[in-house]
Amino acid sequence: MASALINVPAKAKRGDIIEIKTLMSHIMETGYRHTASGEVVPRDIITSFTCRFNGNEIFRADLFPAVAANPFFSFFTTATESGKFEFEWIGDKGFSETASASISVE
Amino acid sequence: MVATRRMTRRDVARGIAASAAAALPCPSFAQGTARVAVIGGGFGGASCARALRQLDAKLQVSLIEPNQTFTACPFSNEVIVGMREMPAQQFTYHKIAAAGVTVIPQAAAEIDPQARTIVLADGNSLAYDGLVLSPGIDLRFDALPGYDEAASIKMPHAWKAGEQTMLLRKQIEGMEDGGTVVIAVPAAPLRCPPAPYERACLIAHYLKTRKPRSKVLILDAKDGFSQQKLFEAAWKELYPGMIERISLSQGGRVTSVDPATSTIITDFGNYTAQVASVIPPQKAGRIAEIAGAADNTGWCPIDPVSFASKLVPNIHVIGDACIAGQIPKAASAASAQGKACAAAIVAMMSGRTPQTPRLSGACYNTVAPGYAFSLSGVYQPKEGQFAEVEGATSRVDAPREVRQREADGAEKWFKAITEETFG
Repeated sequence: MASALINVPAKAKRGDIIEIKTLMSHIMETGYRHTASGEVVPRDIITSFTCRFNGNEIFRADLFPAVAANPFFSFFTTATESGKFEFEWIGDKGFSETASASISVE
Repeated sequence: MVATRRMTRRDVARGIAASAAAALPCPSFAQGTARVAVIGGGFGGASCARALRQLDAKLQVSLIEPNQTFTACPFSNEVIVGMREMPAQQFTYHKIAAAGVTVIPQAAAEIDPQARTIVLADGNSLAYDGLVLSPGIDLRFDALPGYDEAASIKMPHAWKAGEQTMLLRKQIEGMEDGGTVVIAVPAAPLRCPPAPYERACLIAHYLKTRKPRSKVLILDAKDGFSQQKLFEAAWKELYPGMIERISLSQGGRVTSVDPATSTIITDFGNYTAQVASVIPPQKAGRIAEIAGAADNTGWCPIDPVSFASKLVPNIHVIGDACIAGQIPKAASAASAQGKACAAAIVAMMSGRTPQTPRLSGACYNTVAPGYAFSLSGVYQPKEGQFAEVEGATSRVDAPREVRQREADGAEKWFKAITEETFG
């Protein structure tokens, strides 16, 4: 079962550079493996990850079969105002997960 | 006895080694003045030194080991929770010396693989024709931010039996009821892969009987682990609600520690521990690196037939320090490797090709008094690396009588391996 872990500082000072970390549990099946009977194990990966802050996209990544299981992202942004980070993971087989976290900026 | 002499036979020995490598007959070694040094007196090195003498009584075998007493790691988790006392873990080298091995109570400081000499900590040097490194592991105090040698006093790894074991025991004994014991587990490879989970069980056993409001939290840099189903069944059956594990994909990888506040930090959370046992990443014992036998992983690549280092000539590496494919880093594996390595060295020195080894290893986990399970395997070289060719793990649905029998089996195994190695 998919589950998201996110780490966003609850508070920051205006202008601070803050680190955001996310981890989505996912098998990231490459599509290149075969079963013992020779059938291809169908590809099942996350294909895109997006982070929006107060509705504006601030970070995006495309994912490919070479990315390992349970994709982990760490990225930085500048704290400008209080608000909400929204995270979205989209992938094969209709995979779609979201998560959010708020920050208060002083 | 420390031999300090010039290596007058060096060139002769080199020529012989070259022909031995080509598996040509070499009668001068058969006459038996060859010197084999073994560095490290654990299960691997001690078994190897003994086996060398047994296979060829004419060999001059030295065992270089600074500790006068060996403290065994298997069963040391039981010492942590008072199920067992430290003297039961300790062994001397007297019988090994009586078997004709020259035991040198010194650390090896330097190795010159070209000159084939070892410089000891006291400055004396020792020449060898063949060298076996069995240095075990070193803890990497540079790998986990905040966790250095000073931090290991506050948050004992207890991953080398001895003082560290007793430190953790004292902390657990001194802990107030209602606290959390955190065990931080590194990513593979590590010494004794199932031991963190055995430790969690035995600590839970202690807490259940003495401090029942307390809990054990495992923060794990791995998703799966050895004998996982058996452990998880035991947690449910014996310690319901007491042991929690956060795996890698649940954010369990520890990224730093703060010993001052007893905080353990992952990418997704901070955990305060009343007692923390932080097991840091590991590497081959330092002398392996000094000898040039360790690669950039920190471990030693070997040829699985002869245990010869792939990086340095005339040096063999056994035990936890070597990269042995699917063989776990464990006492019985080290002992089996020690014996196989001895046979390979004796074969090579008499100009024969070493036989392909078939190693067996066993690994017992005691999760409560009278409750154990095990894993056993047979390993052989396959495509340049050890592969498991046979394996058996205890059944998950086995009745308690079987767990009791396995607990007795574990005791017998420990008696047998320590008797064989040190008795």
